[in-house]
Amino acid sequence: MAILFVISGALRQFAGSRTDVAVAAAAGPLSGALAHLWAECPAVRDRVLTERGDVRPHINIFVNGEDIRYSGGLDTAVPDGAEIFLVPAVSGGSRRS
Amino acid sequence: MPSLRHVTPAKDDRLILVGTMEGAFVFRADPARRAWESGGPYFPGSAVYAMAYDARAGRQRIWAAPNHMHFGAILRSTDDFGQTWTEPVEANVKFPEASGAALKQIWQVAPGRDDDPAALYCGVEPAALFASCDAGDTWSLVEGLWNHPHRPRWQPGGGGLCLHTIVIDPERRDRIRIAISTGGTYVTDDGGANWRATNTGVRAQFLPDKYPEFGQCVHKVAQSRVRPDRLYLQNHWGLYRSDDRGETWTDIANGVPSDFGFPIAVHPRDPDSAWIVPLESDQFRCTPGGRLRMFRTSDAGASWQPSGDGLPQADAYETVLRDALAVDSADPCGVYFGTRSGKLFASADEGARWTELADGLPPIVAVKAAIV
Repeated sequence: MAILFVISGALRQFAGSRTDVAVAAAAGPLSGALAHLWAECPAVRDRVLTERGDVRPHINIFVNGEDIRYSGGLDTAVPDGAEIFLVPAVSGGSRRS
Repeated sequence: MPSLRHVTPAKDDRLILVGTMEGAFVFRADPARRAWESGGPYFPGSAVYAMAYDARAGRQRIWAAPNHMHFGAILRSTDDFGQTWTEPVEANVKFPEASGAALKQIWQVAPGRDDDPAALYCGVEPAALFASCDAGDTWSLVEGLWNHPHRPRWQPGGGGLCLHTIVIDPERRDRIRIAISTGGTYVTDDGGANWRATNTGVRAQFLPDKYPEFGQCVHKVAQSRVRPDRLYLQNHWGLYRSDDRGETWTDIANGVPSDFGFPIAVHPRDPDSAWIVPLESDQFRCTPGGRLRMFRTSDAGASWQPSGDGLPQADAYETVLRDALAVDSADPCGVYFGTRSGKLFASADEGARWTELADGLPPIVAVKAAIV
């Protein structure tokens, strides 16, 4: 089953300018889905996570529209067919986005 | 995105590297230093606290450490004066997982000794030193400092708990001095395995014990290259000189309007000459009396003379931060500094007269000078 990552704003430059990145990942925790994204777009990882594995404070991640801050963080359950949005916070981003 | 322009320096041209809160700029002039042109902004939107020029082994390499609010800090370099920059896939300076730390800011990049052109260092927040032995391709945490028993008792200063100064001893191969706000200065004589605090005589105004072994808020340290026993130190309250390679420090705040300030720079050939920019106080971090003046000593701190020729002398409540003052190695040497209000000044006569090179840059946090 595919999970679709939607990459927004200035973060796209680290994903080869792609907005949509589909990965073949089974349902499970968000951290597992992200591992598939890192394999597809390795430059995105260190821009989203610190070396401690924490989500950077000005990056927002939504799983099917829910902010993961309120749904379990990187343990948030990702169902089959989910859409995961990676969004630089309103504090910045590309003017064109 | 803003329009970008580049400079094309020739051999012997003078360079000023300018890091700001919104990107980096490169200024160049011919050896006469009468006219300057600028390149940039590079990394628009990123704060660039650390820049360095590495001319060792025939390089013409500029290092910069853009810190993007969203994506964190990374080290990048250019060998063509900004036309192309390295784009590391992974963050190149990062704490090992076992440390439990995460990089907040790269505060300093320092090339190693001239006879070790692959050595490079950077100082970061949280306070730590990283080293590269392959000219910046890979980096590792200097564990000897990270594991120092004093580290849990270092406290963040106003800019965070940062290692902001790296002084490579020009004579002693394995000696490196660093400064931490707020921890004080430490030195290693074995290339980083062991470190000891060297703050004897340096005041800690904000502690019950005014002269502790460590814990001082040192703002900047500069070492004479021609007489390496001589160092100068600008403290958070306090101005000092050492004549024993930093083992002990003597107060030299003689006749300055304030001994609070951030940067200090030493003359490339005259160990008795140094420059500072005093600020009113830690409560009002602006130039005293609304006058922007550079102070120079030519007698190792016995006296200080102000220079304001060409600098604004009315309603100039400026701040010059710890890394925003630099000298080059020309004769006479150039002196350069930038302000938090985005003004960049240059002097081609060792600080006697000043020319404004730019007004309206983003807040300037780093100024480095070099000769191509």
